[in-house]
Amino acid sequence: MAKSIDVSDVNIYYGDFKAVEDVSMTIKAKSVTAFIGPSGCGKSTFLRTLNRMHEVIPGARVEGKIVVDGQSLYDPAVDPVEVRRRIGMVFQRPNPFPTMSIYDNVLAGNRLNSKRISRSEADAIVERSLRGANLWNEVKDRLGKPGMGLSGGQQQRLCIARAIAVEPEVLLMDEPCSALDPISTAAIEDLIHELKSDYTIVIVTHNMQQAARVSDDTGFFNLKAAGKPGHLVEFNPTKQMFTNPDNADTEAYISGRFG
Amino acid sequence: MTTQGYGTIEPELDELSISSFSHVRLPRFAPLLVLLGALALSGLLALLLGWGPVAIPVVAVILTIIALPLWSAVVENRRAAVDRLVTCLVWTALAITLVPLVWVLEKTIAEGIPAISWHFLTNDMRQGLDPVTFKMVAGGGLKHALLGTLLVTLGAVVISVPIGLMTAIYLVEYARGSWIGRTITILVDVMTGIPSIVAGLFAVALFSTITGNPGIRFGLMGSIALSLLMIPTVVRGAEEMMRLVPSDLREAAYALGVPKWRTILKVVLPTAFGGIVTGVVLAISRVVGETAPLLVAVGTVDYVNGNLFSGRMMTLPVYIMQEYNGTVDDRKFAWGAALILIAIVMILNLVARIIGKIFAPQTGR
Repeated sequence: MAKSIDVSDVNIYYGDFKAVEDVSMTIKAKSVTAFIGPSGCGKSTFLRTLNRMHEVIPGARVEGKIVVDGQSLYDPAVDPVEVRRRIGMVFQRPNPFPTMSIYDNVLAGNRLNSKRISRSEADAIVERSLRGANLWNEVKDRLGKPGMGLSGGQQQRLCIARAIAVEPEVLLMDEPCSALDPISTAAIEDLIHELKSDYTIVIVTHNMQQAARVSDDTGFFNLKAAGKPGHLVEFNPTKQMFTNPDNADTEAYISGRFG
Repeated sequence: MTTQGYGTIEPELDELSISSFSHVRLPRFAPLLVLLGALALSGLLALLLGWGPVAIPVVAVILTIIALPLWSAVVENRRAAVDRLVTCLVWTALAITLVPLVWVLEKTIAEGIPAISWHFLTNDMRQGLDPVTFKMVAGGGLKHALLGTLLVTLGAVVISVPIGLMTAIYLVEYARGSWIGRTITILVDVMTGIPSIVAGLFAVALFSTITGNPGIRFGLMGSIALSLLMIPTVVRGAEEMMRLVPSDLREAAYALGVPKWRTILKVVLPTAFGGIVTGVVLAISRVVGETAPLLVAVGTVDYVNGNLFSGRMMTLPVYIMQEYNGTVDDRKFAWGAALILIAIVMILNLVARIIGKIFAPQTGR
């Protein structure tokens, strides 16, 4: 069920402002792909174009081609809602629904789409998703409690459980650990390793060690100058990227000489 | 210690203020002491100079505002004195705000309680033959007005809440700063300023045109007049509350493949529900006491009419006005009705608070 993503010549705009320029890459199925780069270089913007979340912002638009499983995402016939059902997303800040319990948060993707599911089926989905997000043991006795009552790291894992409960083909993660402490971060990185066997994962991170630890491929984004659009500098297997990058800028960034 | 505080440049004092964190403070009961002293002094002055009762608290407050900061300036320091002065002014402002409120409540309760009885609540004002004296007397009740107010207001709520809520949803979720959205916002603001009697005239004009009968009056006309006044308040309240819902939550729902309309219905509205209810209740409180539009659009009767769609109705504010214009004996009915009206508004506010508490997003902590 995991799918690969082919990106060719993508330009991304906010109104008249070109935010990201000329990105082409192939994201492999059942692998982890990390995007690194300085703030404002368009990593998150690019990530959001992969499930058509970018156009939620007024005036935002995309040029170019993104093909998942032989279908072009930006074809006029494509329903963005259907795309988002199959390409899930985890955000930078944990955002469980405040009006729902832990149980209902996990089921939100099913319930909000008013899918009819039996009680036993729902229980099974909740347990499978929470186990998948390494949260089951911590919350199994208080599934009826509000999701907002969990700690930040638990909330983020709840959001991951919520995202995998709808069984997407691709999981996008936008700096999922940036608001978390090292222990929660480690829990989520372990989780990413486990999820890799079932999902195609794309993760944006500011933490280069994290990119090195979790990813198979890495893309380095950079800005030519402030106010200029961001672009993809280098896209290579993570091992090569961190030992023998093609580009001098990549090496400078990874070794901490700038950025 | 003398009046010097931070402004002095004498080296030994500077050293003192640096070496020690503590300085002399007035006792905790100092403000109370000053206030009591000021009251005693102004009471004495009132006795000697023959002032009225209003002058005593006014003079006492002025004396306190002068004396307490002065005392503080002498014993403490400049910053503490300024602090005490501003504290005095803020408390005075609070008291001045509360005076009319408490006064109105006190007067209404004192005048209204004697008028309220089971007979008052369960009868209308129809003239009837007294079996003992064989004279025609009024029924002496407000049942017809109470029922009328409840029905007309309910009608206004039923009309204005859906319209107001949907306008707010359009403004927050769909307009995205377009010119239509901006125009609607301006129109809603203008609507807020419509004089209530104009709303009443509008309802009369509307139904006169539709039915061709210039004398037509019935309950729903009042509901429509009131909903003109309610809609802008509902729109504004709901809009503010929905804007407070973080866009993170909307994005979380979109990312799960939830369509926009479901996101609004299942995520945005439930999260903002408590605040929206509070806004609606505030809007109701605003219109429930409207007199002019109801007098114009619904008219007056002295018997119970439970049909919103036909015939004139009585409403509490109009009833109060009519009874107050009657004989002195009738005024007690006006006060009784006023107390009932205040009670309705208070109960509505309490209900709104309870609903807001129940539906507020839970933290579980």
